[in-house]
Amino acid sequence: MSVTVYVPNDSAAIGIGANATAQAISKMAAERGIPIRVIRNGSRGLFWLEPFVEVVTSEGRIGYGPVEAQDVPSLFDARFLDGGPHRLRIGRPESIPYLAQQERLTFSRVGITDPLSIPDYEAHGGGRGLRVALQAPPADLVEEITKSGLRGRGGAAFPAGIKWKTVMNARAEQKYIVCNADEGDSGTFSDRMILEGDPFVLIEGMVIAGLAVGATEGYIYLRSEYPHAWVILLAAIQKAQDAGYLGSNILGSGRRFELHVRRGAGAYICGEETAMLESLEGKRGMVRPKPPIPALFGLWGRPTLIHNVMTLAAVPVIVDKGGAFYAGFGAGRSRGTLPFQLAGNIKRGGLVEKSFGVTLREMLYDFGGGSASGRPIRAVQVGGPLGAYLPESKFDTSLDYEAFSASGGMVGHGGIVVFDDTVDMARMARYAMEFCAIESCGKCTPCRIGSTRGVEVIDRVIQGRQRTENLTLLRDLCDTLSSASLCAMGGLTPSPVLSALTHFPEDFQRPPALAPGGRASRTIRRH
Amino acid sequence: MDSRLQANTSPTVPGTPDPLATIDSVIVAMRSLPGALLPMLHGIQDVLGHVPGAAVPRLAEALNLSQAEVHGVLSFYHDFRTVPPGRHILRLCRAEACQAMGCDALETHLQKRHGLTFHETATDGSVTLEPVYCMGNCACAPSVMVDGEVRGRVTAGKLDQWVQQWRANAGGNP
Ligand code: FES
Repeated sequence: MSVTVYVPNDSAAIGIGANATAQAISKMAAERGIPIRVIRNGSRGLFWLEPFVEVVTSEGRIGYGPVEAQDVPSLFDARFLDGGPHRLRIGRPESIPYLAQQERLTFSRVGITDPLSIPDYEAHGGGRGLRVALQAPPADLVEEITKSGLRGRGGAAFPAGIKWKTVMNARAEQKYIVCNADEGDSGTFSDRMILEGDPFVLIEGMVIAGLAVGATEGYIYLRSEYPHAWVILLAAIQKAQDAGYLGSNILGSGRRFELHVRRGAGAYICGEETAMLESLEGKRGMVRPKPPIPALFGLWGRPTLIHNVMTLAAVPVIVDKGGAFYAGFGAGRSRGTLPFQLAGNIKRGGLVEKSFGVTLREMLYDFGGGSASGRPIRAVQVGGPLGAYLPESKFDTSLDYEAFSASGGMVGHGGIVVFDDTVDMARMARYAMEFCAIESCGKCTPCRIGSTRGVEVIDRVIQGRQRTENLTLLRDLCDTLSSASLCAMGGLTPSPVLSALTHFPEDFQRPPALAPGGRASRTIRRH
Repeated sequence: MDSRLQANTSPTVPGTPDPLATIDSVIVAMRSLPGALLPMLHGIQDVLGHVPGAAVPRLAEALNLSQAEVHGVLSFYHDFRTVPPGRHILRLCRAEACQAMGCDALETHLQKRHGLTFHETATDGSVTLEPVYCMGNCACAPSVMVDGEVRGRVTAGKLDQWVQQWRANAGGNP
């Protein structure tokens, strides 16, 4: 009988050698005449252990990592196919504290199953939510989502149940479900990991949403920076179609749902829901003024339920186990779990799905193990490029929507980017303005012009020219941006800028000679 | 699913496909898609490596848009190029997690050591350097994308290897 070996097909694992490792294992097994079956799973999300190889033994799965191609001969010599001892042997993945201490609801299958196997998906609880949904009246499904307390995971944290109800009650011949897979926030990769590691859960969530609100068509807007996810997603949609999860007769029920995928084209603003709709319609990604809200007047003017990948991927478990089960996790008004992402200068970067209410410090040190460089952690940016920079004094804040925003932060999509004490926060503030200038859709003046002015003003501060006046000017600019911008792009850019200024004022007072002069002269180019 | 969208996502330029024939076949294949302009622009660039100026009037006519509208879309999105890129495309992530792990030093290195700057193609046509703002590889920063494939924990030495290899190949293959 052949031994089953898992080697991740996650793009981050491939980026550090997983394909070479998989090939080396297959080749050596063939040379030694050992029958094996290599399955390319998603990543468990423990990136310091990638490429993380797992072998199915009589005692369950045994993990080894990080396994480079050059380690493969010695692994065979150590009889790793029987779980033999080796310096890279980690043991049972479930007993690694980083995994054992998580609460994986959305990520329950990622890294465990073959992402493109429906039988594997169903053997691990997949498809149950859809079967429940096919039997339930739409209003009951909306009720379960409301009861679960699920809120939009893309950043705005709007209660999902209210959106579902609005779209359900809207009268129209055609309604749409749109999945925002334009995960543009730097420091985030949970959407990518689901798309590559368990795409069926997203598909199932979208079909359930369609059944609930009366939409028969769905679109996934996927960012072009995820070419590997694109390939896997297309394959998954084909498999889902073949298995009857999609199409004109879902699991023999006579109900219908068609799913299409569109590629973005490298515009951060298309993560904003109305800009994304414009882009799906084939236009420039310009923000639309609201109202009208997309729930009533969305894609091609029809009622549209828009959610981020993480929101939709949470739907199957909620419908399967009930809203009360999901609401049993979390803190305050933030119910359920959030897949957090530890990134940047962190020793153990990866995916940590936890109930809301965990503290930033627990994330950084208990899970993350401190900085990768071994130097003190000085600043942390949570919630993407529009999130605030937080100093050590804020590390005990609870990661739930309300507590975190009360302390000046934003949980957003759960990305946690770590910087050690070599960071220059004036430069990070400049970058925030520069990013806004590059990515502004140009529709409103504060965002388009204000951000460019912001870069110039910070440059003068860095160069030591009339610092007091320019810092006052910078605060005024931030005021205008936050009060007069059309959307969150301009509205929230002041957040990283002002938090840098507030918490790290010394970085704006460095002697000009030490300021990074060369970079300050970079001109802004959209193309 | 739109199987017509299953185009090659690698941005490398294969052979020398005929531009006009490519444009027309993409238009024919995707004409009935709702919101077809973006898929068509991607389809053309997937094959040709860029979207030539000749595509604009053809797309405008096919989709019943003005040329200005097509141009507006083409120029709005960072992904689309209107001039052919080098034989290889190196995209360096500039976003925060990669900055925390030293991507700025890599940018400086590419400039000082290899004369490569963002949005420019090396004079020998071997490589085009482009900025990218996150590829979801932030736990393995700093990150680059080499001809459509993500590479993590990139070092200056690794960049040197790639660039030197591309340059060497460029010698006999102008
Ligand atoms: S910030 Fe560079 S890959 Fe995400």
